[in-house]
Amino acid sequence: MTEISSHLNRFGGVYLLPVAIAALAFALIGVPSTWVTLTVAGLAMGMMIFLMASGLSLIFGLMDVLNFGHSAFVSFGAFIAASTLAALAGWVAGDSAILNIAALLLAVAAATAFGAAAGWFFERVIVKPVYKDHLRQILITIGALIVAEQLLLAIWGGAPVAVPRPKVLEGSLIIGDVAIEIYRIFAFLLGLAVYVAMHFALNRTRIGLLIRAGVENREMVEALGFRIDRLFIGVFMAGSALAAMGGAMWAGYQGLITPALGGELMILVFIVVIIGGLGSIEGSLLGAILVGLLANYVAFLFPKLSLASNMLLMMIILLWRPFGLKPAIKG
Amino acid sequence: MSDAILRLDDVHTDIGQYHILHGVSFDVPEGGVHVLLGRNGAGKTTTLRTIMGLWRARKGAIVFRHHDITALPTPDIARLGIAYVPENMGIFGGLTVEENMRLATGSGQFDKDRLDRVFALFPAMEKFWTKQAFALSGGQKQMLAISRAIIEKRAMILIDEPTKGLAPAIIRAMIAAFREIAADTTILLVEQNFLFARALGRGVTVIDDGRIVHDGDMAALAADEGLQTKLLSLSLDAQH
Repeated sequence: MTEISSHLNRFGGVYLLPVAIAALAFALIGVPSTWVTLTVAGLAMGMMIFLMASGLSLIFGLMDVLNFGHSAFVSFGAFIAASTLAALAGWVAGDSAILNIAALLLAVAAATAFGAAAGWFFERVIVKPVYKDHLRQILITIGALIVAEQLLLAIWGGAPVAVPRPKVLEGSLIIGDVAIEIYRIFAFLLGLAVYVAMHFALNRTRIGLLIRAGVENREMVEALGFRIDRLFIGVFMAGSALAAMGGAMWAGYQGLITPALGGELMILVFIVVIIGGLGSIEGSLLGAILVGLLANYVAFLFPKLSLASNMLLMMIILLWRPFGLKPAIKG
Repeated sequence: MSDAILRLDDVHTDIGQYHILHGVSFDVPEGGVHVLLGRNGAGKTTTLRTIMGLWRARKGAIVFRHHDITALPTPDIARLGIAYVPENMGIFGGLTVEENMRLATGSGQFDKDRLDRVFALFPAMEKFWTKQAFALSGGQKQMLAISRAIIEKRAMILIDEPTKGLAPAIIRAMIAAFREIAADTTILLVEQNFLFARALGRGVTVIDDGRIVHDGDMAALAADEGLQTKLLSLSLDAQH
């Protein structure tokens, strides 16, 4: 068993899992064009979930905070993006590709900025008083989530809100008999860009070094002379901003959103954080891609199993690796 | 003592509902190694953690170079020039040796002379510079923890049981390294290993059950078998 494990590690270890699932799906689906379409859809979905999950994972890992209110940032991000796109309807529906993209980027930026600001407020007012007390964290963040959902209802109402999609991102790219939705390609590339930026920030900057160290041993970071509470605020704001960005991208992906959007996605987000390993950005990315791919393949191959597929994935991975696929190293 | 760099005066510390330190008072003179000896559970680690502000003193005062640090946050205490090497070494396993040491520098840049000195003391650090710390052996992890404490000039280093679980050959190397480190800083060393403590210590404080039971020169304790017997039978793990 150890020998098999070391051979697998030499060829990529757990990073082989999405490849293995994609290969198995290819064999089961049998039609290459359908497989490509489903794979791109899975990767795009995975990247959007990664945006929402990575911040939560860092908040868990560094701050030891169970934030059940994280989905509120996703929902607010989605609605703020939808309202921004609606306000820029001329740009969204116009023929200028530059204005189309500018409208979407502005919508994503507005959602992200709101997420960061709301994250600051949330950390200072709601989370800070209950550090080191998990039970109170669960209670107060769920309470804050309920308040946030009522605010969404008060501002945008309970009816589904249509999200205009920029004209340039409408339609599909046709290559041979393969059709790939352009928005999915955009979502995948944006998620990838955010991952690369996070990877760079965590591995090539002093703040990133402090965050990685803090995830492992907060007390020692303080004993080295650094104020961990300042890192907490920064990470919480970044995590909330990423959740809002993910919500904004998801809104454009779905086209129709309701205030329940964040809550519905949170199950997937928690699965990603748990199977990826707490505090690990690589783990979040891996978990998100697995969840995205599996959701699309299973929905096509075994529609009745689609709701249970990610729960099954989580159970199998936790039986195999109880701390997740790529947990942050502790000590 | 007028030349004390650190003074503890009637320090009481509680952990949860347990009263651990019962009025601990002692001075650490500037320069050299001062040893805090005691058996398991005597209150040695609690004393160091209280000095670092990781656990709060309920009563009493801790004064470092005329600054009352009793209520200061840990990062502020560290920035006054106190380094801490905990019993579990506190290394960051997912970070490389270089990253672990870079974190301990105030500016993020290494002073070449100090880095050369660290490499001279612990050549393994240079050898495993780019290796992730979790892959180091126990002795190498201890060397990394100490290297991190000395990579910048510190007024004082608090070290908690550095010989625990180490092979005798590594302990001998540690003694030589500590002697050199103590030439330009003050070390407060927590130990159970009396031979190690005797080889390094100038002053010694013995703690038992959260109370100071002896405070004096190491040379006097080493020369007084009767006192050793009394204290060792009380608290020390003499067989080491």
